[in-house]
Amino acid sequence: MAPATSPRSSSYADDAAGLGRGRAAAFVAPALVLVAVFLVFPALWTLYLGTTDYRLTGVAASRPQFVGTDNYTTVLGDGEFHRSLWLTAQFVLGSAIVGQTVLGFALAWTLRDRTGPLRRLVEGLVLLAWILPGSVIAFLWIALLDRDAGTLNALLGTPGTAWLLDHPMACVVVFNVWRGTAFSMMLYGAALGNVPPSHLETARLAGASTWQTLRDAVLPRIRGHVLTSLLLVSLWTFNDFTPFLITAGGPDHRSEILSVYVYRTALGDGRLGFGAAVSLIMILVNLVIALLYLRALRGRSA
Amino acid sequence: MAGIALRGLTKDYPGGVRAVDGLDLDIADGAFFALLGPSGCGKTTLLRTVAGLETASAGTVRIGDADVTRVPPGRRDVGMVFQDYALFPHMTVADNIAYPLRIKKVGRDERHAAAGEVAAELGLGTLLARRPGELSGGQQQRVALARAMAARPKVFLLDEPLSNLDARLRLEARTFLKRLQRELGVTTVFVTHDQAEALAMADRMAVMRDGRVEQVGTPAEVFRRPANLFVASFIGSTPMNLLPARATAEGIEAGGAVLPHPAPGVTDGELVYGVRPEYLDGSTEPVEGAFEGRVAVVENLGSTSLVTIDTGRSDRAGELVHVVVGEGEEPEPGTSLWARPRPGRALLFRDGELVGGRLEKT
Amino acid sequence: MTARTLLRRIGLATFLSAVLGFFALPLLWLASAPFDASPEITASVPEFTLRNFRVLLDNPYALASLRNSALLAAGTAALVVTSAALAAYALSRVRVPGRDALLYLLLLLSSIITGTAAMVPVFLLAFNLHLIDSRLGVVLVLTGGLLPTAIFILKDFTDATPPSYEEAARVFGATPLQVLRHVVAPVIRPGLATVAVWTVAQVWGDFLMPFLLLRDPDKAPAAVVMYTFYTEGGQPDLPLISTFSLLYALPVVAMYLLVSRRYGMRFHGGIKR
Repeated sequence: MAPATSPRSSSYADDAAGLGRGRAAAFVAPALVLVAVFLVFPALWTLYLGTTDYRLTGVAASRPQFVGTDNYTTVLGDGEFHRSLWLTAQFVLGSAIVGQTVLGFALAWTLRDRTGPLRRLVEGLVLLAWILPGSVIAFLWIALLDRDAGTLNALLGTPGTAWLLDHPMACVVVFNVWRGTAFSMMLYGAALGNVPPSHLETARLAGASTWQTLRDAVLPRIRGHVLTSLLLVSLWTFNDFTPFLITAGGPDHRSEILSVYVYRTALGDGRLGFGAAVSLIMILVNLVIALLYLRALRGRSA
Repeated sequence: MAGIALRGLTKDYPGGVRAVDGLDLDIADGAFFALLGPSGCGKTTLLRTVAGLETASAGTVRIGDADVTRVPPGRRDVGMVFQDYALFPHMTVADNIAYPLRIKKVGRDERHAAAGEVAAELGLGTLLARRPGELSGGQQQRVALARAMAARPKVFLLDEPLSNLDARLRLEARTFLKRLQRELGVTTVFVTHDQAEALAMADRMAVMRDGRVEQVGTPAEVFRRPANLFVASFIGSTPMNLLPARATAEGIEAGGAVLPHPAPGVTDGELVYGVRPEYLDGSTEPVEGAFEGRVAVVENLGSTSLVTIDTGRSDRAGELVHVVVGEGEEPEPGTSLWARPRPGRALLFRDGELVGGRLEKT
Repeated sequence: MTARTLLRRIGLATFLSAVLGFFALPLLWLASAPFDASPEITASVPEFTLRNFRVLLDNPYALASLRNSALLAAGTAALVVTSAALAAYALSRVRVPGRDALLYLLLLLSSIITGTAAMVPVFLLAFNLHLIDSRLGVVLVLTGGLLPTAIFILKDFTDATPPSYEEAARVFGATPLQVLRHVVAPVIRPGLATVAVWTVAQVWGDFLMPFLLLRDPDKAPAAVVMYTFYTEGGQPDLPLISTFSLLYALPVVAMYLLVSRRYGMRFHGGIKR
């Protein structure tokens, strides 16, 4: 016998507004078409494009030839691609996994039971870094790091240090920590709010140090959050294009992470087929991260 | 005004769940009719099928002279009050009540006048400008009623109308609903899982189980002569005593006592003797034709007490029998008590069905 | 107060001051330069003036680009909100086999097929559909990427609305479209507003798609024009850049304040990305 008094609360919830299958299909259709054409199709098309010598201009623009796996062998053997991959790893590991996560968690922990203007000021500034348009903050960082009159050089008393030329990758990593910490801070803030106060009090009564409290009472409770947030910020950081606005990959490709590399090769150099091959590799990396993320989510709810 | 007639009504849900199973039911014009049953018995589905919110898988629904089985809900001329009232949160009370008229394309002024009238009837006159969120539970219920009344439908359907009210308000609303129904005289069907509510309000009621009707009748009939063991155990605020029985030459033997046979001549089959605790007279002196037992528990019910006696003896495990005794007559636990059924109030069930009654299952 | 707690307090204060400094430093310039009579690239106490805002009016692209940004944001928001609302409603209320799987698949796709990863096929698609240098092209591409999340958010809102609202309206004779207009749309309005604000925030800050798909500087939105202000033409025009940045950033900040005031901090992964 069905357990439900009222069908509406169970899985029967069957067309409450009396739409009917036909109208329901018509309602879903526009969204599905838009997604299919502008999201799904490009991804599938990449599979084909990556096997051609498609170029932005010239003969291969109008009549691209099938080249098989040439693009992929070229990409995988390309030293610039290897460097770009290594820089991307630094970018994701340094700024997202280490920087944003550690700083975000530290902030959430320090601010957890603090109220008042100090907390609002810190949160406000961290959030501001997150919500301002990328073009604006990119320029703010260029101004900050300017060789001749940058605020940083003025503060440190190191006039003439060209941070963006001497340490482009470090600048981009620090920049992204600055830019993205807000998400981790908010997520860990919410997660810490779900740690029962009794657990923290038990640890305190037992005389645990801050470090011991974190390890024994807090971390086991928020482990799921940590995992999902790590994967999410990795995914975002991997696909971030904002560094282009600051260094444009330079100088001399020394900050050319994958998102910038694919832009330069495909649209800068006009090698669209080659770029499509890189695109596919990026999509596959995204897929792996996203699947791990879904698994982590499922593990969390289970 | 119109009655309701259901013939062979069946509702299957995807996944093979049959919520209503070949059900026949007639509800007379102007009746205040209760659909009573435990959760999952299909009573809400039945009501929603009458409303048109569910489409019957088989069978017919007639309202008045019209077969409405395939008619969409809005054209069945029914007014409905939902369990959660379903008052539109973004509309004022006046707009909520006037909504059915808005759909019927009644002009703004006219429908607001009509809404004001209905609201006044229900004592909502001062609340017209409020939003549902600003009303108490009782007020919300009356707004939902007013909205159902606004278009003057032929039939009212109420889904658990009192379940969202607290206990005190529920009694008040019960009286209010009964009086309102009498004044309006509109055929009204309500769903409830609370047997006391059904007994108190309805003119007639149907007791349902597993998508079928177990018994139809007036509250008095259903209470006094339940058609089967399910109805017998479901109706009544104190559960009926139901004891396995055996016919003998002297009468009927149940709970270690020999009692007058409620249906002389019935001897075969699996017999169950039933008597309500209210229909047992307790006595501290030995009485003939009565259960005898040791007082196990005394529960105070206010003006009466529910006494549980254990009819077991040293040589025999016994059954528990419940007796309602009046104020000041409560026995001490551990003492002996005799409980004699009132003449004509005891029932006999054979293979689960009531036997020997005038009122067979309708 | 023991020495240990004192140390801890000092440590805490140092940490928070360092964080404050780190996050405030780049922002200082944005607060001071627009009002500085002779803005330099160094953040400094300004010699207060509003004259810099005049330069904005003199630049042919500055105000037009803000208008372009508004057009792109409004167009995308309108398209996303209507198509997502219709889809979310139908998916929430009508039994469609495999609807949850479909929704999760769409969500997965939208998170892996990012503008960055798919810039080559997206560019070629727009090229073949003659949508290069068309605002419509940018709107459509952005809509495709944002829709799955928008549908997901809105379905959450619809799922939380009891179907008895719609049933009540139907019992009183409303047609499905009347049910939508009279009951569903007003009830899920907070959800519609959330998605609209989220979409506008996304599009307003987006650089890559318009940079990729628009050629005509007259059509470029603020994000792209801002970039050309400081990368092209050698010496950056500081009065222009500073005032423009401020004007361009303010709507996002205002919107964020509005949303967080109205809905609290429910926006965890929400307002950006």
